[in-house]
Amino acid sequence: MNIQLTKDGKLKHFLTTEGLSKEILTEILDTAENFSSVANMPVKKIPLLRGKTIINLFFENSTRTRTTFDLAATRLSADVINMNISTSATSKGESLLDTLRNLEAMSCDMFVVRHADTGAAHFIASNVAPHISVLNAGDGQHAHPTQAMLDVFTLRQQKGAFEPLSVAIVGDIMHSRVARSNIHALKTLGVKDLRVVGPRTLMPKDIEDLGVEVCYDMKRGIADTDAIIMLRLQRERMQGELLPSESEYYSMFGLTEEKLKLAKPDVTVMHPGPINRGVEIESSVADGKHSVILQQVTNGLAIRMAVMSLTLGHQSEESA
Amino acid sequence: MTNITNSAATSIAIKNGRVIDPANNIDSNTNVYISNGIITHIGDKAPADFSADQTIDASDKIVCPGIVDMCARLRDPGQTQKGNIASETKAAAAAGITTICCPPDTSPVIDTTSVVELIRSRQESAGMTKIVPLAAITKELGGENLSSMASLKKAGCVGVSDGRKPIANSMVLRRAMQYADTYDLKVFLSPIDPWLSQEGCAHEGKVSARFGIPSLPEATETAAIARDLALVEQSGIKIHFNQLSTKQGAKLIAMGQKDGQKITADVSAHQLFFTENNLCSFDSAYHVRPPFRTIEDRDGLRDALKSGVIGAICSDHQPHEPDAKIGPFPTTEPGISALETLLPLTMKLVDEGLLNLSGAIKKITTGPATILDINAGTLAVGSIADVCVFDPDLEWALTENEMLSMGKNTPLLGQSMKGRATHTIIDGKMVFER
Repeated sequence: MNIQLTKDGKLKHFLTTEGLSKEILTEILDTAENFSSVANMPVKKIPLLRGKTIINLFFENSTRTRTTFDLAATRLSADVINMNISTSATSKGESLLDTLRNLEAMSCDMFVVRHADTGAAHFIASNVAPHISVLNAGDGQHAHPTQAMLDVFTLRQQKGAFEPLSVAIVGDIMHSRVARSNIHALKTLGVKDLRVVGPRTLMPKDIEDLGVEVCYDMKRGIADTDAIIMLRLQRERMQGELLPSESEYYSMFGLTEEKLKLAKPDVTVMHPGPINRGVEIESSVADGKHSVILQQVTNGLAIRMAVMSLTLGHQSEESA
Repeated sequence: MTNITNSAATSIAIKNGRVIDPANNIDSNTNVYISNGIITHIGDKAPADFSADQTIDASDKIVCPGIVDMCARLRDPGQTQKGNIASETKAAAAAGITTICCPPDTSPVIDTTSVVELIRSRQESAGMTKIVPLAAITKELGGENLSSMASLKKAGCVGVSDGRKPIANSMVLRRAMQYADTYDLKVFLSPIDPWLSQEGCAHEGKVSARFGIPSLPEATETAAIARDLALVEQSGIKIHFNQLSTKQGAKLIAMGQKDGQKITADVSAHQLFFTENNLCSFDSAYHVRPPFRTIEDRDGLRDALKSGVIGAICSDHQPHEPDAKIGPFPTTEPGISALETLLPLTMKLVDEGLLNLSGAIKKITTGPATILDINAGTLAVGSIADVCVFDPDLEWALTENEMLSMGKNTPLLGQSMKGRATHTIIDGKMVFER
């Protein structure tokens, strides 16, 4: 049984893109499509989730991601509470489960969770009251499913069909929940040529098992691709036993104008942000005509609105 | 129902059972006679002067030496929220286990004779399964200063170990081996490379790649085994490797054994059944160290067990309070409460055709007793009467209520087990009967 689905197979929690059908992923994309016009309306608010309470539970700091979840919920007319747990409960020694019980007692409808530990969102979804939906806003190195959905949404806007695409994900695959969620989503949606590119120290052993091709050579990895998803390299990983230096990384795996010529002429360049200019990507590429980085941010809102409305919608159907 | 007894019977006759004693190549339907704590006779007729205070009908049951568990944590002293000597030795006795070897990673650590005395006195007042402790190799398991091994041996420790704390400094370990050997103490090592084990909680492979679980490569174990074997060289120093988890590790040990090195190894029962694939649900019940590895590793361990490279199956019992297992997978504490599944899991290997009955019983009786060099694991006439009578066909459900251990943390909870101890005799006394 998939913990993410209701008895009749609809989305209840959104924890990972893995194990969800093409139909469900497409439903999320289509719903997001409908919501993208909201941003252009004079009154940017629809009453879909009026009376619902959403708690943003961030055990790991992230202003940007939290803000888009916050805004998505607000646009759907839900009430939003932001909790920055890293600075409150856990530092007082309260257990994760106790924190959950306390918040549940405030009769909320959804938790949006970000946590530094792999599996945290699953743990919370397995332990919350049955009427609560859980959205994973990133857990450890495991999954960041809304980021992946906004990436594939952006890709669909750019390219249309997924099947014929060649896509490369470049950078720190090992520590990246964005990479993992993107791999599952892109494979399910039909991308056949999916490559992961990076130095071997940042490449998980046996990642081929997920149906990707591993390239340690950036030039071969991005050759003739339709889209390149660049990953952010955490500053603490730039020097040490994983990489010798920022500059060597940039020279080998940074996306420059020069290297970009190897991809297809209409290649789409994506990045989950925030970008490290001159570390993983050249400024002129980040701001150039192939880049859709800001469009990704805009789309993030529509995707999060879609997932919130779908999960809470199915929830009320089930309890009805 | 379970009955912990401490009957005054000094003479016990166990009749009509299938007596299996791998130490003495016995496998026949016969009777076992016990008087004054000693096995006095095995045969169809009682000795002339024998009169039984208690007679057990062991028809359709197996009578074997009491089980010797190479490695179980009793959490006492120091972590009694997880278990204590009384609770865990009672659970062990009810599972047919008559001797437990406990690692020194209690709190305080077993690096002084007073801790050994404390454990002994608590064991004696419980009056159940016997405990043979391992002494710390280094004080406070700090990996630097040698413990007083000679005194600790006199106090009753049967070997030395730093538990799951690797000794990073090769010079310290080499000297520790030499010092231990001075007193004919075996060195028990958990093969863990300290630098390859940071933060990891799952096997590095397909499952960790898929779920982004911080991982432990195979080399965490093999690099440590290779170094430790190199330190032993051809010195004749006796070492034992605890709880193997890799096929490659077992191979290295087989090579050393072939070269004539005095090396032995054990494996935990659960490593012979579970693999990394069990982690897919993030269920913390499967969180163990060493981690469950690949199907190839599991099968390699089974082969090594069958060929004799691995001489013992242990429970690697690690009871926990419920809170220790509640949380996101990497934040939970590793370990399984396993005393009560040691016998049924070992019997499962017989059902699956890996070992014959006598071969399986050997791995939990004379196998570990020989490794520990203790007087146990045998039904030889004149030996101490530690006996387990079990029903190999008895099916039972492993539930929290059935478990006597304080730790209910096992992935087997709710499952059906086959094979269960019905009588446990320690030092000639019936301490448990079902």
